[in-house]
This record gives sequence, C-alpha cells and structure tokens, in this order.
Amino acid sequence: MTALLIRGGHLIDPAAGVDALKDILLKDGRVAEIAAPGKLKSAIQDSGAEILDATGLTVAPGLVDIHVHLREPGQGYKETIATGTASAAAGGFTAVAAMPNTRPVNDSPEITRWMQAPERGAVVRVFPIAAATRGSKGEALNDYAALKSAGAVAVTDDGYPILKDNIMRETLAAAARVGLSVIQHAEDTRLTQGASMNLGPMSFKLGLRGMPPEAESGMVERDIRLVTELRDARAHLHVAHTSTAAALAAVRQARRSGLRVTCEVAPHHFLLTEEHVGFYNTNAKMNPPLRAASDRDAMIEAILDGVVDAIATDHAPHAVHEKEVEFENAPNGITGLETALGLSLRWLHKEWKMPLGRVLSLLSAQPAALLGLKGRGTLTVGSFGDVVVFDPKAEWTYHARETKSKSRNTPFDGWTMQGKVRWTISEGRIVYSTSA
Amino acid sequence: MIVQAAPIRRQLHPPPVPTSPFPYHPGSLLSASDLTLEGVSHILTRATALEDQDPLTRDRILLKRRIALLFYESSTRTRTSFELAAKSLGADTTLVSSLSSSIEKGESLKDTGLTLRALGAEAIILRHNSSGAAWLLEAETRLPVLNAGDGMHEHPTQALLDLRTILAHLKPGTHTVTAETLAGVTVTIVGDILHSRVARSNMLLLPRLGARVLLCGPKELLPELAAHAGPGIEIERDFDAALRQSQAVMMLRIQAERLAGLQLDLEQYKASYQLTGPRLAAHAPTGVVLHPGPIIRGLELTAGVADGPQSAILEQVTNGVAIRMAVVERALTAVHQGGRA
Repeated sequence: MTALLIRGGHLIDPAAGVDALKDILLKDGRVAEIAAPGKLKSAIQDSGAEILDATGLTVAPGLVDIHVHLREPGQGYKETIATGTASAAAGGFTAVAAMPNTRPVNDSPEITRWMQAPERGAVVRVFPIAAATRGSKGEALNDYAALKSAGAVAVTDDGYPILKDNIMRETLAAAARVGLSVIQHAEDTRLTQGASMNLGPMSFKLGLRGMPPEAESGMVERDIRLVTELRDARAHLHVAHTSTAAALAAVRQARRSGLRVTCEVAPHHFLLTEEHVGFYNTNAKMNPPLRAASDRDAMIEAILDGVVDAIATDHAPHAVHEKEVEFENAPNGITGLETALGLSLRWLHKEWKMPLGRVLSLLSAQPAALLGLKGRGTLTVGSFGDVVVFDPKAEWTYHARETKSKSRNTPFDGWTMQGKVRWTISEGRIVYSTSA
Repeated sequence: MIVQAAPIRRQLHPPPVPTSPFPYHPGSLLSASDLTLEGVSHILTRATALEDQDPLTRDRILLKRRIALLFYESSTRTRTSFELAAKSLGADTTLVSSLSSSIEKGESLKDTGLTLRALGAEAIILRHNSSGAAWLLEAETRLPVLNAGDGMHEHPTQALLDLRTILAHLKPGTHTVTAETLAGVTVTIVGDILHSRVARSNMLLLPRLGARVLLCGPKELLPELAAHAGPGIEIERDFDAALRQSQAVMMLRIQAERLAGLQLDLEQYKASYQLTGPRLAAHAPTGVVLHPGPIIRGLELTAGVADGPQSAILEQVTNGVAIRMAVVERALTAVHQGGRA
C-alpha cells in the first residue's frame, strides 16, 4: 500500500490533545508518524509517499457517525451500503454505525457479516448495530455474544423502542454481560399512535396528530430507572436522537448519579423546530419529530455544556416518490451525512462560538469512544489512517441534487455550510476529494 | 464549562424559519389565512354580484373553462355547491372521486393531479382526508387549487360562507370588511374542535375582522393548546356561559370517523353541549345558530333548534353557492386580486 503524507495542515486531534501545525504520514492503513512541519522528509524518500498539501487546512480524525440507516439489505432503492458510505465520505465521515431496521431486520450474525463483506462496496468502515430483539419486535432477545463476534458494536431496535420493562431489563443485562451498548429509540408508542409531528400549537394548527414530548422523556426516565436497578457497572444505555429538554434533563441527572448513560443529538434537532414543518414539508418529517423552540434551545445548551456525548445524523434516506405524498403518509427521516460537519461548523462553532476542537470531538473522538471503536476518532501513531482534511473558513451552499446518496430528502437543501471537505481518507486511502 | 456557557446562551441566534412559498398560484385558496381583508371583501362583493347577475350572462364568465372536482371523501353540500357554482359561471366540471377512479388502484395524489392537468383542468377543487393535501397538490401541479376540506385542517370556503351568514344577520349589507367589522361580536364554536377543519378556518378568519372566538367542548375534543392557535381565541368550557356572551353559535358534528379510538360518553356529552330549545331560549334568545352540516339531529342539537327561527343552517348552504361562485371566478380570472398582500 502506498504511503500518504499530509503536509502543512493544522492538526486537531481532541482525544490526543493536539492542536498544532503537523505533518502526518499514513502507511499501511495506519498513522505511521506525526511530526512538526517539514520533519518527515526522510520518510517520504523512504516510502515514496504521495503528498497532500494541506496548507491552510484543518486535518482531523475522520468523522464517526454512530447512527445511520444504510437500507441494505432490502431497500436498495433508497440507499445501498456503497452509496451511503460514499455519502459519508463526502461529508468527512470515515466510520458509520448502521442501524438494523433493514429488510430483513439485522438480527443475525449472518446479516451482520453480510453488511461488512467487501462485495458491499463500502468506501468507509461500516460497523453494524444489531437488533436487540428478534425482528426488532421487542419480544425475544437475540444472541448478543454471537452478534458481537460477527462484528456488531451495539444493539438496538431503532425505529421502535424496546417498550416492555422486562424485555428492556433483560436487554440491558445481557448486553452488559458481553460488553455491548444498548441504544434506545426512546418513544412510548402508546402515546404516539397515528402522530406525525410534535404535539403542540403547531400540530393543532396543521390538523395533525402530535407526539407528546413525554413519549420520549418518559421512556428515557424508565430506562434510567432500569439501569439504576440493574446495579451492573458494565451496563451502558445510549439514548439515540435525543430531542426533548426533559429527556436531556433525565440524562444529565443520571450522569450526576454516576450511571453510564450517554446521548446523541442530531443536527436537525439542534437547529430546527416544529415551525420548520411549515406547510407540510415532508423533508422536515422524522421520528423523533422537530420539537418546540425551547427543546431546540435545550439541545444547543446541552451541547455547549458537554452533556451531549455525540452528534449523530440519523441519516435516513427515502426515495423521492415516498416523500412526495400526504404528510401523514410520508415515511420518517432525512438524510444527514453530507451536512453534519458543515452545519456544526456554521452554527456550533461560528455562530455559537464552540471551540473547533470540541465540535470535532463530538463528531469523532466521543462517538468512537462511546461505541468502543478502537483506533478510530483519533490520529495517534498506530491509529487507523482515518482522516478528514477540510478548509475551516470556506463557506459553501449545499445542493441536495449533488448528493452522493441515492436519496435527497433533506431540509437543508440550499443552506449555507461552513467548512469544505478537501479529502476524506479511510484507512490510508483517499475516498473523497474536491478541488481547491 | 457550565460557567462559560451561561453568557453564550443569551446570545443564541438560531436559524430563521423560512417564509412559506404558498400559495404558488394567486388564484388558489388553500387556507383562510391566505386571504387579506381586501381579498375577503372582494369575495363577499363578488358573491353578491354573481348571485344577483342574470344567469344567461353569468354563464359566460367561465364559459367552457375546465374545472376538476377531486374528492377523496364523501360530501353533499360542498361538492354540490362547488359544482353548481362552477356551472353557473359556464365552466365544464368533472368529478373524480376516490371510489370510482384509479385512486383505488393506488395512483398517488401527485399523479392524479398531473393527470387532471394533462386532461385540461385549469383548476382543481380538492376534498381530502389528509391534512395538508391541498398544499401538496398545489406544489405538484402549480394549478389554482381550492381547498374544499383537508383532513382535520382547513375548510376556507366554509369559513367564508359562515362569515357571509353571520354578516347577513349581524351587519346586514356589509361587503367590505375591516379589522373592526365584527368588533364586539362573540362567536362560539361548540363540540369536536380537535377534529374540525371548519373550526380551524373560522378561528383563523373571524378574529381578523375583530370577532372574539370562544371555543367550547370537553377536553378530549378541545385541547387547551387550541387557544394558542391564533389571536382572539379563548376557551369557555361552560356552554351556558359561552352562549350568554355570544351573538352567533356554531355547532359541530362529532366526527366519529376521526375519533381514532377515542371513547366518548355521548349521554354526558349531550347533557353538557347539546343545543336545546330551552338552553337557547334561556341563554342566547337572539343568537344566530350555525352548523356546517351534516347535522345529527338529537346529538349536537335538537330537531327543534335545527328547524327553529334562530337557525341559519340552510342559509349557510345557500350562501355556499354564492361564495363558491366568487372563489371559482377568482381562481381562474382574478390573478392579481385577493391574493397575498
């Protein structure tokens, strides 16, 4: 494998505490050497490395998205592992954790392995998250040890909650025994029947049935209670796509009590509100839904405060014809891999003054650590050669029609982004590049 | 970290909510809030003028123009009055209903709309069981779309015909309306507010003319957040107290088809919210009684009230034809009138 030298860039590696001009040499898919600018000359001559000039650019660990829907197996018309990972690369991501709500549901070691097979054509690393229960029906637990050895990095029934107390209790206990995280889609579906947006004045005005915030926060509170009762320090509850102030408050409290409870927030939940549904924009329909402004503001505060552990996109591609329907009939979800970095830099960093390193940490180091992805989310010597090189000052406009994804269901079409990806490098190979 | 974050919080400027691109076509009537007061005045004026016009000259206004009625739900009043209104202006109409068309075979609303446009329809009148369907149809076809009821959302021509009826009783001869036209007037809307598109359109329209809208009903059918739907809207759960303040009272049908599993004690409901002769005589002896229909005699109101001297229910139906003539005319002709300010 050829070596790659990224020269003259500003390396920001939050996990390693690096924030300085550095040259970085990738060899055999790993980080081989890091040195002050100009100090790696001999290495180049020895290995004949290809040189990337990163002068004026930021060099950071490749981004890690722990919540994506790649739609394979079964729904290749929405997305494939090849197109979904191409979209990830375009967004600066070098690792994605794929949710199991495929057709069939990924509840077996066979499907878990199938998703990671080279034939899928993934351009960045895919980490399958397996279903917690058979068929994600919330009834019978899967074999977590077998799923873990097949490569699963967590279990979840995402798309649905693990609703029953006893099943969730068993899930947490069984996953803790094998060292897997349990990711909960926190939604008390008994309170959200037939609902297609947040419950509030807006849903009343639009004549749509609404999902109350308590449907999320109540489930998070229940899960935290189960973790508390379990008294197993290995148990890890991760709250997916947190969207309500009350759920965040519960996570904050659990953390103070020393429990291993983490949470992620999606860019749309820290940027948009139910008002963005406008007149039935199906590209503003997802589950959990866009919430009240007070909830959105709570997401921003919790990110700035450090309560939020990761930014995750919940990338959920759907075909155009599926979204061009009556709002109630449209499927939930929006794409997000290509807009997460640009939106995070534009709003969290530029607008709300969050240090660049902290923003990048939420998009790489922290999510990688959260799921125990070894050698990812950092660029210390010996780590995987997963790198994103971007121009932190560049402003650009996102056009959904130019997406690498098979789908274009995004509410961020035409939005201004900050930070243009120049190269995405996955295990030492350039998998995405744009011209200066 | 928390200490540092505190001052930042007060400076948060989140991304703005984009302005609505609707209506795309100035002839569309999707929501009661699409109309300026000038636009409302224009429709009221044209309704009377068209009603008074000789049918033999009136039918030249839209002679041979093509209008499609696309109905996904059953309807007697709305469908017939739109059809009669369009025909009175000379237009050719065609009715497509979900039970006798390719909609049954799974054709989408978008494709149905595009097909109607390709068949030469110049405007589509849509009744649909999903909230927001009219917005989808307008966005996809860019034709003038008249919302004849979308799910639990809106029914703007109903609000306009209700306004015409209220004005005829309380402010006879009024066609030009202002923000004070209904100042001092209280209109109570009673019953299944939650599922009612008639209530929503009236709540958006009447307060803009200065009216106070009182909503009355049990919690299951009238959530507290209804009061936040717009200005000039209040909740009064005591029906008698609401009646005593009202010059007009609008009764609504319990929408059994939209209750979605909600259990309701009908006897309890009738005791609290049925409009009876004695109740009307005791608390609103001069109030106008409205109902968008269909009425269920013996449930939300008694037969005596429906047929009584204070009932304007059949006037509403008649007013529907006049209002819909004006709205259909506006759809195909008044391109720069009555749209957004």
